[in-house]
Amino acid sequence: MRRVYLDHSATTPVDPEVASLMMTYYTEKYGNPSSIHSFGQEVRNAVEQARHQVAALIGAKPDEITFTSGGTEADNMAILGVADAYRKKGRHIITSAVEHHAVLDTCEYLAKNGFELTILPVNEEGIVSVEDLAQAIRPDTILISIMHANNEVGAIQPIADIGKLAQEHKVLFHVDAVQSLGKIPVNVKEMNVDLMTVSSHKIYGPKGVGALYIRKGIRLVPLFHGGGQEKKRRSGTENAPGIIGFGKACELAGRRMAAEAAELKILRDKLLQGILDKIDYVKVNGPLGDSRLPNNVNVSIRFVEGESLLLSLDMLGIAASSGSACTSGSLDPSHVLLAMRMPHEIAHGSLRFSLGRQNTEEDIDYVLEQLPKIVERLRMMSPLYDQMKQAQ
Amino acid sequence: MYSAKVMDHFMNPRNVGEIPDADGIGEVGNAKCGDIMRIYLDIEGNTIKDVKFKTFGCGAAVATSSMVTEMVKGKTIDEALTITNAAVAEALDGLPANKMHCSNLAADALHEAIKNYKEKEKAKG
Repeated sequence: MRRVYLDHSATTPVDPEVASLMMTYYTEKYGNPSSIHSFGQEVRNAVEQARHQVAALIGAKPDEITFTSGGTEADNMAILGVADAYRKKGRHIITSAVEHHAVLDTCEYLAKNGFELTILPVNEEGIVSVEDLAQAIRPDTILISIMHANNEVGAIQPIADIGKLAQEHKVLFHVDAVQSLGKIPVNVKEMNVDLMTVSSHKIYGPKGVGALYIRKGIRLVPLFHGGGQEKKRRSGTENAPGIIGFGKACELAGRRMAAEAAELKILRDKLLQGILDKIDYVKVNGPLGDSRLPNNVNVSIRFVEGESLLLSLDMLGIAASSGSACTSGSLDPSHVLLAMRMPHEIAHGSLRFSLGRQNTEEDIDYVLEQLPKIVERLRMMSPLYDQMKQAQ
Repeated sequence: MYSAKVMDHFMNPRNVGEIPDADGIGEVGNAKCGDIMRIYLDIEGNTIKDVKFKTFGCGAAVATSSMVTEMVKGKTIDEALTITNAAVAEALDGLPANKMHCSNLAADALHEAIKNYKEKEKAKG
């Protein structure tokens, strides 16, 4: 059976070049980078090279990069670390309704522990308004945390405008760039970003590695205390093979990004247009054109439920994801779609395809051949589809 | 995630459709929570002669609907009333824990359909 992976926003395969480099640091060069002997120092050098590679992809200096166990840890480190270090300056934090749970839940934890939280709404395309943000900033605001690109609907936020505003008001600005890294240009200096979360496994690097960019001069209380690694910002023996793999993945992403994004956009638009041409009662979720990640397609297919779509696609070898409640383990559909003011029943029928490096036009043709048949089968079973037909 | 039996009933659901002028119709769930199950019964004497369903929902919702129609066909009303949601799940070799509450409502839909039939019969006198 043909297998088509269209869930790259969940995770990506590790690039073979990355994997083979990493293997060396598991079996041959296994020293602890904190050791002064040559076994340690050869690994230390490779870890520092990785720091350069990550920094280069986001326009930072190497000593502004702290490696973590992934995006979630970096988000927690940024938000909890700033809150703790700057609590005497103020206790107000601003974020948005469409953030990843690693940001939203961390902010909500702080809101239960003496901080005040403003959660900015988004428009129907999932984009935050800079004017809303300007109005939300208070004298006691210490942190703004807004994602660069949304993981579900691919909406790209006006990060440079927000950065400018944050700088004018002398408020620290954290950006979760997990989904945008390697897909669209990211530059912490041009965007006036103070803290930025990045993750390895979304850019063809290994899982379990990420980094937090911390602009020079920013104070941060660490999450982990211990051996004082990463300039005391993140104690614990470095995941050297992972870090080195992440560095390599960043280097490859920097080299390939422009060409890859152009190719992905063509496939993305072919898939979206094909779905709209072949299936009726479909709503596009998120913005169109340049405000959208080059690899993201998100649609709501009316009168069918998302998990049923995913299972049916999976039986044909196609991997996608959905914001339906049934796939989230909760009773509510995606908080992102609800924040975009989508009714529950339409959010339940949402379907996300996230494209990647190895996808081909044939993959898209295969999806466009199979998906309409799946939708037809499920609609035949759906009492909602009947109701709509009868109402007509 | 799902048993082979659930996947079989999801991919090849039994008794999908409607019964025109059904003797009893039962519906549970709502579009907001993501599951709607509707069961149609054709009853002769005291026996369920035919049963059909339409369901909007996840894999478990479709599979439990399909399974309950198989379990109930040819049964008497009293026998049908003893079928529980748990028995439907068991007949499917179990459901994931998070599906036991939200999507395992097919027996409820069946019981609603029987209730609807009894009300109609009562109205006829």
